[in-house]
Amino acid sequence: MLYIARSRSIAARALDGEMVIMSTSDSMLFTLNEVATEIWLAADGRTPLSQIVQDKVCARFEVEPEAAYADAEDLCRRLAEHGILAISDRPIDSPR
Amino acid sequence: MTDVASLTAAGARTSLLNRIGAKAEARGIPISVHLDLTWACNEGCVHCYLDHTAGGDMNTVEIKGALDQLAAAGTMFLTLSGGEIMLRKDIFEIVAYARSQLFDVRLKTNGILIGEGEADRFAELGVRAVNISIYSHLPEVHDAITRVPGSFHRSIEAVKRLKSRGRAVEIRVSVMRGGADYGRLRALAEELGAGILYDATIVPMIDGDRTPVLLNISPAERAAFYSDPAVLTGLEDVCASLAPADEELLNAHSCGAGHNGCYISPQGDVMPCVQFPLVCGSLRRSRFLEIWRSPQFAEVRGIRNRDLDVCGSCSSLSSCDRCPGLAFQDGNMRGASRQTCENTYSRTKAPTPLYPVATPDGA
Repeated sequence: MLYIARSRSIAARALDGEMVIMSTSDSMLFTLNEVATEIWLAADGRTPLSQIVQDKVCARFEVEPEAAYADAEDLCRRLAEHGILAISDRPIDSPR
Repeated sequence: MTDVASLTAAGARTSLLNRIGAKAEARGIPISVHLDLTWACNEGCVHCYLDHTAGGDMNTVEIKGALDQLAAAGTMFLTLSGGEIMLRKDIFEIVAYARSQLFDVRLKTNGILIGEGEADRFAELGVRAVNISIYSHLPEVHDAITRVPGSFHRSIEAVKRLKSRGRAVEIRVSVMRGGADYGRLRALAEELGAGILYDATIVPMIDGDRTPVLLNISPAERAAFYSDPAVLTGLEDVCASLAPADEELLNAHSCGAGHNGCYISPQGDVMPCVQFPLVCGSLRRSRFLEIWRSPQFAEVRGIRNRDLDVCGSCSSLSSCDRCPGLAFQDGNMRGASRQTCENTYSRTKAPTPLYPVATPDGA
């Protein structure tokens, strides 16, 4: 089971369907599209990624659950590399 | 995740920032806001454009209310400035509140009150960037400008403290009469691991008093400034275009002031920019979005290059960094400003509407 949590070391604002995110630690700037934004917003540290994908992706898009989960996990790991998302195999109480 | 989600890393950060700015402007969103928390200051810089005794600063509740409204309006990039922000007893409470609303926070400060504890606190709160004013690589020159003995050393220490905590620090240099050793300043910034930005335009006081303008560098110093390798940052600095204005340029506008950003004074007055003191409303009397959508802001937004009284037909329009605020302070927001014309002439060597000044005999 994989859990994800939004980092506290970011600035973020929704801008017309996309989420603009700035890392406050290295000034990297990102934009997330609508679906990535949904996943990021649902990253509360307690809801498993599999549940988030089911609720936020599969319920809204014509995608294979396994493929959607693989894509979501890849996205989350890339966000985690830049410190804007925390990933753990157990619930996350207080992300950095 | 190409089908359902993706992220865009800022390999071309400037390009992405420009895209975000353009999108915000198209949607009428004030994505960048400069909020002065006080005009009081603990330095007495000879060129300052603010009245340090103005008073009437918004209190903590009013500032938080303003931040609530800005977040709701879509503002992301928030610059907290002054005066000296560290003179506010509630500075950390304000920054913490701004960060809780996920603003990208940049501070402008002289840094002389930022010790180890203050630097720790700003880093913990997630302040991303800090701009600190340094006027010379020579302590005695800097201190003479700030009129505070020891200020150079204290500001430099603040740069080091913030850098050691991973904050992005940029040294801001206001260039004034007598110039500066730009190479030494750049070397100092590089030694500190900081960025550097020069500003060669000393502006009138925000109340219209033009006394500080006398401190602007001379034409010869300006020419030297615009040819100094330590100042030039890109090809556009030395290859200014004199291409005739096309339809796209004539339908464009000078800068983002009032389009995707604005300025808020410590007293709650909302203006297009700190250099464009057209008061469009007060947060003490109106909601932010009412002011942002006011006829005053609409008038500013409605001005296109083709509407400009003399700039619209200037051969340097395509390479000019026209500042509508300086034009406003010269008396006409649709006009030219002498300072901008002088800057552009120094780069392009092509005559501009207000510089060089024609002599009576036509020379």
